Amino acid sequence: MLALGIKDYLIKTPRYTVTFRQFLTMNVDENDSLKIVGTLVAVEKEQQPTQKRIYIMAKKALLTASILAATMTAGAVQAATLDDVKSRGTLTCGVSTGLAGFSQKDENGKWSGLDVDMCRAVAAAVLGDSEAVQYKPLTAKERFTALASGEIDMLSRNTTWTHTRDTSLGINFAGTNYYDGASFMVMKDLGVSSATELDGANACIQAGTSTELAIADYFRENGMSYKAVTFDTSDQTRQGFESGRCDFLTSDGSQLAALRIGLANPGNAVILPEVISKEPLGPVVRQGDDQWFNIVKWSLNAMIEAEEQKVTSANAADMKANGNPANKRLLGAEGELGANLGLSADWAYNIITQVGNYSESFERNVGMDSPLKLARGINASWRDGGILYAPAMR
Amino acid sequence: MFKQKTIEEVKSASRKSSSGTTSNAFYNNPRIRGFFYQIALVAGLLYFFGTIIGNTLANMEATGIKTGFDFLGAAAGYDVLMSLISFESTDTYGRIFVVGFLNTLLVSAIGIFFATLLGFIFGVAHFSHNWLIRKIALVYVEIFRNVPLLLQVFFWYFAVLSSLPGARQSLSLGEAVFLNVRGLYLPKLIGGDLSSLVWIALGAAVAGIFVLRRWAKKRQELTGQQFPVLKTSIAMVILFPLIVAALTGFPFTVEYPALKGFNYFGGITVIPELMSLAIALSVYTGAFIAEAVRAGVQSIPHGQTEAARSIGLRENKIMSLIIVPQAMRVIVPLLNSEYQSLVKNSTLAAAVGYPDLFNVFVGTALNQTGQAIETIFMTIIVYFVVNMVISFLMNRFNSAVALVSR
Repeated sequence: MLALGIKDYLIKTPRYTVTFRQFLTMNVDENDSLKIVGTLVAVEKEQQPTQKRIYIMAKKALLTASILAATMTAGAVQAATLDDVKSRGTLTCGVSTGLAGFSQKDENGKWSGLDVDMCRAVAAAVLGDSEAVQYKPLTAKERFTALASGEIDMLSRNTTWTHTRDTSLGINFAGTNYYDGASFMVMKDLGVSSATELDGANACIQAGTSTELAIADYFRENGMSYKAVTFDTSDQTRQGFESGRCDFLTSDGSQLAALRIGLANPGNAVILPEVISKEPLGPVVRQGDDQWFNIVKWSLNAMIEAEEQKVTSANAADMKANGNPANKRLLGAEGELGANLGLSADWAYNIITQVGNYSESFERNVGMDSPLKLARGINASWRDGGILYAPAMR
Repeated sequence: MFKQKTIEEVKSASRKSSSGTTSNAFYNNPRIRGFFYQIALVAGLLYFFGTIIGNTLANMEATGIKTGFDFLGAAAGYDVLMSLISFESTDTYGRIFVVGFLNTLLVSAIGIFFATLLGFIFGVAHFSHNWLIRKIALVYVEIFRNVPLLLQVFFWYFAVLSSLPGARQSLSLGEAVFLNVRGLYLPKLIGGDLSSLVWIALGAAVAGIFVLRRWAKKRQELTGQQFPVLKTSIAMVILFPLIVAALTGFPFTVEYPALKGFNYFGGITVIPELMSLAIALSVYTGAFIAEAVRAGVQSIPHGQTEAARSIGLRENKIMSLIIVPQAMRVIVPLLNSEYQSLVKNSTLAAAVGYPDLFNVFVGTALNQTGQAIETIFMTIIVYFVVNMVISFLMNRFNSAVALVSR
């Protein structure tokens, strides 16, 4: 009966058309088979003969059951994130719930920041439109689960690249867009000028961050004690700090600068000189989709490379036509860089004209053109004495 | 004329007719059939869950996510704000789990105790003859029952406790009790060599109360004379340990909290996260319990009150001897579900950073290890078991207060 029912069945999906028999031997992912169930029912209705209704119903039930069984045993899922993003027309990007300079929403609901620019760069490279991004605000605790479950296509949420996360969470770090380190912020009237004077103090920390681990190490190493008061969002840590629940707030240096300007009176707080950990922050993707991993990695590198080549959003069009071979390769006038990523030739051109190079993004969001006024420091290009260095663009 | 058939006759008649029309093949045997269907159902379920688990493991393997319970033995590397057992950042995730579990039990126990107290006070106050008390009970129930619990937790934490003065400007009561934005600091009794005798005396006093109650009840049944059980009990609990303490020369030292550097140290610290959560849970659940108590009391027919009055009982005796014992039959099953809700609602701890099981385990441990399935599974089991235990105890209590048919 199964064979009879299957004979004349074609399965049509946006991606392929096969017979049901072929389908059973195919390696499909669950998204595909869900689409197929939908298509089958539609086909069924069009072709439904008037008389053999019971027969058709039995056939339909059998097919659905077989497809479900096939889905369950399909095994390893190889998600094609690029195809998903293209067919959806927008990139879903995980950002913070609000952190000045990195990812914050203004009163018109428009997101901006260094991390947001990373999302916009990928959207520009993949879809040609840096605004085709759906932002998903996430707490530190939610972020990896949201990525693993496929709720977001990429995570760009001041996330520290650590060995444990990289190797045991099923995620890949696609580079570093800000080199940071954990530090301390105290109120001036506490009369503390160094972290070594903080023995016995209360600390406000965001739960689930690498800072939570770094501070435990630091106090243990220096034989000091502290009380960890952990909150869900960085905004709550600021409230706790302001209300006096804690003596100091600890987080990455850039975050402290951002939280400091959010205080009722920023002048009352001071950031201590100690930097107690390495916190390289960068975009993250799911493990197991190398093409998408490459796209995110090289979108970041394109911004860094553009700064090295002195290509900016203002001069990109000119450089594309009249620049040196390296400029032309980057901007898609020559070479196969875009095609190798599965993108159009002007992928990097779109990033640079719509988002800007790394320097433009940095200055606009966290640098001298922003309220944070962070210096480039080690986040300068290697040509200017920093450690930002893009692999060769060829 | 009809001859009435006995049930046995009807049964044997129907057996005869059915054996006549159907074959005796084994597949027509209802027992074998039932057995077959049950086996098929179990096999189907086993296959279903087996496939889900197998598929999940395969997918996690393929995407490089670590699995297994090995992480429970690994050092956690972070600190917990409050712990009933000793904890350092070098301790394991397994110990974090225990710390969180104990903190959940603590806040639930405090919440259940005060919610019950508030619930019974305001539930009975609803029937007061005093207009003001009646209205206060009404306002309490309506306000706290109708405001979302999360909002109440936030209110107590951010609006009330966060506006207390800082550590160096603490409110103090006789330089022994201090209250500031970082919590409530209480003096602590530290027992000396003979202090265990005092605790034994306290235990004996509590045990004595039960004996006293039985004796007083028996005496009343025999002679009709009443004995002031409550007053005697209170006196026993206070005097017994006190006398023993005096005899042993007060083997206690009091440790007062004192400001050293940034914080008060010594004594007992009640952190504001615990206070706000416990207050919100007690007040919120108390409002529901008050309604349960009201429903229970109203379920007792008015005739009971009238009958009690007719034999000359006073109003407060009517409530405590006639109405409430009967109302308990209605109240206890409702209490059971309120207690269970309270335990589940304690997970709102995450909102204010109280280190309960959900916060330190599903929150931080999950995030640091990435082992979502294991941590969530373990946490679900804990809440399930705790609520099963509550349910079991309340059912035992319920059968004790249920109407005994004689």
